[in-house]
Amino acid sequence: MCGIVGIYLKTKKYQKSLGKMLSGMLDNMESRGPDSAGFAIYKNESKNIYKFSLCINDLNFNTFKKEIAKKIKKSQLNQISDHVILKTNEKPKKVIKIINTNFPKVSIVGYGRSIEIFKQVGNPKDVVKKFKLNNFSGTHGIGHTRMATESAITTDGSHPYSTGEDECLVHNGSLSNHNNLRRELVKKGNTFNSENDTEVAAGYVSDSLSNNKSLKDTLTSGLKDLDGFYTFITGTRKGFAVVRDEIACKPAVIAETKNYVAIASEFQAMAHLPDVNGAKIFEPEPGIVYSWGE
Amino acid sequence: MKLDLKKKKLREINTILQNLDNKTNDRDFVIVNPEGSHALCAGLNQEMKVLIKGHVGYYCAGMNQKAKVTIDGNVGTGVAENMMSGTVHVKGNASQSAGATAHGGLLVIDGDASSRCGISMKGIDIVVKGSVGHMSAFMAQSGTMVVCGDAGEALGDSLYETDIFVKGSVKSLGADCIEKKMEKKHLNKISTLLKKSEIKNIKPDSFKRYGSARKLYNFNIDNVSSY
Repeated sequence: MCGIVGIYLKTKKYQKSLGKMLSGMLDNMESRGPDSAGFAIYKNESKNIYKFSLCINDLNFNTFKKEIAKKIKKSQLNQISDHVILKTNEKPKKVIKIINTNFPKVSIVGYGRSIEIFKQVGNPKDVVKKFKLNNFSGTHGIGHTRMATESAITTDGSHPYSTGEDECLVHNGSLSNHNNLRRELVKKGNTFNSENDTEVAAGYVSDSLSNNKSLKDTLTSGLKDLDGFYTFITGTRKGFAVVRDEIACKPAVIAETKNYVAIASEFQAMAHLPDVNGAKIFEPEPGIVYSWGE
Repeated sequence: MKLDLKKKKLREINTILQNLDNKTNDRDFVIVNPEGSHALCAGLNQEMKVLIKGHVGYYCAGMNQKAKVTIDGNVGTGVAENMMSGTVHVKGNASQSAGATAHGGLLVIDGDASSRCGISMKGIDIVVKGSVGHMSAFMAQSGTMVVCGDAGEALGDSLYETDIFVKGSVKSLGADCIEKKMEKKHLNKISTLLKKSEIKNIKPDSFKRYGSARKLYNFNIDNVSSY
């Protein structure tokens, strides 16, 4: 069991309180996933700036800052708990290479022009506090509370998974053909950092998107290629999409108002959202892709 | 009596409702601020009226006996699961497995019910004013299901003796579920349930009847792929 949540703002009204709305949703999903939590927040910034969400683990921040300044001249770093957001106008390929070759202790959680990702082992209530989610603003965000079933309780095993620029995915369920699919994706040149099934789904989505397929088409073909139980929320720079497998054992409920669309595993995750009682509330139907903002 | 989930804990409220003094005449309750709580009004076993104002979570009014529970909102998984008697009325939509394994009583859903509505039902009457999702009435054993809208895939899969009536379209029938001839007693049954559910303007003869072909009751090697 896991808890997944997402919120997409259709208007500017709640952009400043996006973090607060999302953190309330994660707090309420503690019962579905008490062992780790994570979230991705999308906030558009300058076109030329890339943001890298890095987990520096037990590396000293000041040491890292000094070292990175030697390798990347124009960079700006912001530390939140054991994560660092690195902003630079250098191209992703170069930055990823620099980090991977010089900082073996640092893991790249995600990158893009809009996305910032944070995830950690621990109770969701503590995790959102550590990362100060309440202070975040943005256009949309997704989150996850994990009750580990098929791989270890580690930061690497936590969601969201990001395997492409400004992409991320959270998952409630389990996949049964992830080892096969991982091998196929590795053959195509994709890389994976964990044994986790969800990372394979994220890789599958990124691989398809990089072949110029739309998110909707990708998830529709995923219904055929991904075997198992799932409700997925996938985020992109412009919006997010939701899909449930055709058996639909894994729950999801959507609340839509004129200002926002919220999705969660259970209604109680969104009971605190503004005007939720006046929202159109429905369950996404099995095997149908719902998307907003694309 | 008004019960506020912002002021009292879920367990306190359920304890009050589950332990009413047999002699009391105060049997009208309104619950406010449910905010998606699970197992609200589960295990009630006396006559009483409870109105829940708002959306609730899983297993609302599960195991109900005698009580009339009305939910002015949507319900999560397993509303009225294992109900024995009484009435549960959902004014919004219901999530999956509504009325699962229930032995008796009446469940009325004004909106839609999602997948597996009435799974393994054992005597409950379920009336859905909207549509039901896939695998509804899966392994249903007894009781009646009336659907005023449409039914999803594999309706009545591995069905025993539940009568299913659907007014709209059926996406597909499950293994051993077939359309059957509507007789007068069935029309009467629909008419009674529509009346109990306060549904007007729908004629009993606008429904189609589905039931078991009774081919999977006993093991038969020819049917092995259907088991």
